[in-house]
Amino acid sequence: MNGPHDLGGRDGFGPIVREKDEPVFHAEWEKRMFGIAATLPFSVPFADDHLRREIERIPPADYLNASYYELWYKSITSILRERNVIAPDDFDTPKTLTLHPLCQAAIRPEAVAAAVFAGASTRAGQAVIPQTLAVGDKVRVLNNHPLHHTRVPQYIRGRTGRVIADHGVFNFPDTNSQDRGDCPQHCYTVEFESTEVWGDQADKTVTVTVDLWESYMQRVSKN
Amino acid sequence: MEKIAAMHEHRIHDHEEASLSLRVKALEQILVAKGLVDPDALDAFVELFENKIGPRNGAAVVARAWVDPAFKARLLNDGPSAIAELGYGGLQGENLVILENTPQTHNVIVCTLCSCYPWPVLGLPPRWYKSAPYRSRVVKEPRKVLAEFGTNLDADKKIRVWDSSAEIRYMVLPERPADTDTMSEDRLAALVTRDGMIGVTIL
Repeated sequence: MNGPHDLGGRDGFGPIVREKDEPVFHAEWEKRMFGIAATLPFSVPFADDHLRREIERIPPADYLNASYYELWYKSITSILRERNVIAPDDFDTPKTLTLHPLCQAAIRPEAVAAAVFAGASTRAGQAVIPQTLAVGDKVRVLNNHPLHHTRVPQYIRGRTGRVIADHGVFNFPDTNSQDRGDCPQHCYTVEFESTEVWGDQADKTVTVTVDLWESYMQRVSKN
Repeated sequence: MEKIAAMHEHRIHDHEEASLSLRVKALEQILVAKGLVDPDALDAFVELFENKIGPRNGAAVVARAWVDPAFKARLLNDGPSAIAELGYGGLQGENLVILENTPQTHNVIVCTLCSCYPWPVLGLPPRWYKSAPYRSRVVKEPRKVLAEFGTNLDADKKIRVWDSSAEIRYMVLPERPADTDTMSEDRLAALVTRDGMIGVTIL
């Protein structure tokens, strides 16, 4: 969706404010919120695609005014309501709520380090969407504006670039975020000239690269 | 008048923080009661990202690449396997790509859609990296953004901005500073900064 999160190229946000000797967390509740979000996917079925989907649905004014971990709080509670883990109105959960059938017991402390090191890649074995692109191809990003979660920034929709890397097959966020299947397909890095994206006045020594799934694009010409 | 407004805003902020703190505590209690979160496991995650997984990891990778050309070749070819040699890897680094700065090309990373960042080598991102000003501007006017960080590149130096829009994570391999030929790997690692590996500064 064209939500408040899609910030590339927006104007008016002012200078970048940096913090000297910034701590990893700014408050105890930020640590707890990070920890909840890190442990929860081991017991409740959701992925980063769902976390992002719910962040993007936060109304624009709220999104821009919220602190980072506040966005996580809003997103996680929304997912937990959807998964019937907490009651719709508040946290006072009646016994009648049935947990999502795929919920499991919490990850144990002794398993955490190994789980972090193992990672949770969304790389998939085989593509179900046929591969049509190759490194060197000129491609155009489709000018679609879906209402669901997607990973195509608005600033490159309809723009033409060149494929510079093929990263292999990954699950597709657009369908996974809607619980409509993994729909695995190739993911590529596409490089765009700054002038193609921002117009003739743009700095000609600059390029922007964006990582895009197969079905986000069409080929303009072969390498 | 301005002072009163600032105090008022401060009080609203404190109130919001206190409210969030209570709400997050309530959420944790419910999840623990339901057996979906173990508070000690939560502590273990926080401990790892607060104290173990941070930019010193990336600095060690960069220093190794500077002194060991064979390692550098492996690093540029297959990031995850190469950093595993130093004991690093995992969450948000499963598909790590290393971008080498050269005399001709400068690289800088961003996530315009959220906050994607190479955790195993840089830890959790600083606030400015996740902020609207950085995410909105660096793809459109990287030279100006870099100048705000005190990085003034030659006008003809190519800049590549990498927007981490999928599950690939990027880290910049900065150029080795001049006159460091005799330095040990440890001393070289001490020269490497987080901002240098994001690509907003040069070393």
